[in-house]
Amino acid sequence: MTTTWVFAEVGAEGKVEPGALELLTKARSMDGDVAAVVLGPGATEAATQLGEFGATTVYASDDPVYSDHVAQPVTEALYQLQQQHSPDLILFSMTYDSRDIAGRLSAKTGSPVMSNVTDILGPDKARTAIFGGTTLVDVELQGSPILLVVRPKSFAAEASGGQANVVPVEVQIPETALKAVRVERHEETATGPKLEDAAVIIAGGRGLQEADNFKLLDELAAAIGGAAVGATRAVVDAGWVPYSMQIGQTGKTVKPGVYIAVGISGATQHIVGMKGAKKIIAINKDEDAPIFQIADLGIVGDALKILPQVTEEVKARKG
Amino acid sequence: MNIVVCVKHIPDPNLPPQLDGHRLKREGVQGVLDPGDEFGVEAGLQLKEAHGGEVTLVSMGPPAAAEAIRKGLSMGADKGILVSDDALQEADALATARVLAAAIGRQPFDLVVAGVESTDGYTGTMPSTLAEFLDIPQITFAKHLEPSDGSITVQRQTAEGYHVVECPFPLLITVTAGVNEPRYASFKGIMSAKKKPVEQLSLSDLGLSGDDVARKQSVVELVPAEERKAGEVVRDDGDGGRRVTAFLADAKVI
Repeated sequence: MTTTWVFAEVGAEGKVEPGALELLTKARSMDGDVAAVVLGPGATEAATQLGEFGATTVYASDDPVYSDHVAQPVTEALYQLQQQHSPDLILFSMTYDSRDIAGRLSAKTGSPVMSNVTDILGPDKARTAIFGGTTLVDVELQGSPILLVVRPKSFAAEASGGQANVVPVEVQIPETALKAVRVERHEETATGPKLEDAAVIIAGGRGLQEADNFKLLDELAAAIGGAAVGATRAVVDAGWVPYSMQIGQTGKTVKPGVYIAVGISGATQHIVGMKGAKKIIAINKDEDAPIFQIADLGIVGDALKILPQVTEEVKARKG
Repeated sequence: MNIVVCVKHIPDPNLPPQLDGHRLKREGVQGVLDPGDEFGVEAGLQLKEAHGGEVTLVSMGPPAAAEAIRKGLSMGADKGILVSDDALQEADALATARVLAAAIGRQPFDLVVAGVESTDGYTGTMPSTLAEFLDIPQITFAKHLEPSDGSITVQRQTAEGYHVVECPFPLLITVTAGVNEPRYASFKGIMSAKKKPVEQLSLSDLGLSGDDVARKQSVVELVPAEERKAGEVVRDDGDGGRRVTAFLADAKVI
């Protein structure tokens, strides 16, 4: 029988990172036991929700050591828990922190870590996608525990109404794991709806030519109402817009009803974050841009001219 | 400051990728220094220029991977180490980290720099595994570096902004493409790179055996994904805006 653990990230107010709930839902559909590990302020509060989504046991600690320091204390605690309880499989949601933790844990356990997982096919078999999602790759893994880092939104989260037995985590964290200290936290809060929840997303890339032209996207988003604005890694790295707007491999995974890609060529890095959209519209000057291969409507042309037309048309239709 | 930068030789990402059985074809294709690693090399060079010391490039790969090291040397790095061994042909991330840790741990260092993830495999876990093998802290997704005496302050990208993280040396960092603007190699740099030392090491030089780097994950099947069908692609002749709006109306979002 397989014992599957889900590592759940938690915010100080007890809010569970949504990917963990998706993973619990998937874990519950597999044979065997399901437990969650949640570490840092808010952990005990989060245990209720983790139980509702399928964890029968939740290993929890509210100790701030897990959020004040980067990666190492969590890795150490997971390692010690793993040594005590021997889970077969540990699932992580692919976030900035969890990917690091899974990587470090792999060195400690000597067992393999696979990232970018899009489906779990069995206790030792998982799937990922390459070449912009055009090819699926099935991978067999050997060792214990197998560590899988799963892309957000790979599974739909559904509550089962269960209740978890909460087990307090009491492990000794060595001084050597406390060197990297988080001293400040900055949130670049975007106005308007969240990218993860928006029904319509308008995203911009290098083809917009300069940062200032992002306002054309904001104007269209406002005209549509309830639309969110996103961006590619290239323009985020160039400093045009904040990191919180990044969609793609690094950045957010989105599944809106309609995705409007503006001046985006369609690099794999970006495609993996948005190909789950129901409908895709692409506007790009380059008719050979790969984005056109996955677009339901492609317009070869100058986005700087076309976007204001769309905004006007939308306004006119809405009266 | 002794700075080690991890570099990877990858098939040119601007060319269509080719498969060799279940693996990415690496031999007989045009290779380059991973563009993501250029930011790591540049970060190392800037720290060296400001604080003195030496930049060593470390890579694992077939003999052709020496090209990636030469590229970094021509940008200004001081020396290179290439671990090359037939037993490493199918190495996974865990094995790669173990080998790099053995190569890096042979000499004292203050800082190990890597890209956030490789452009060909983009697993993104290798640097953290490497840091654990070296028993040092890591700060990934660095977008700004501010070293001071004995420690470094890093702005680390997060999903909603950034955190400021402080850590004493030695440590490992991974850098994003936002951290700097990699320099071009000058003609002088290219010429002098030819004379810079590149040490070639085998697994046994590092005290490792084939068992230590045995692959723990294998591709068993490749299947084409259910493709999104390309829809209609039209050239804008003035009614592009109207077409988009009509599409949005059909999709019932306006």
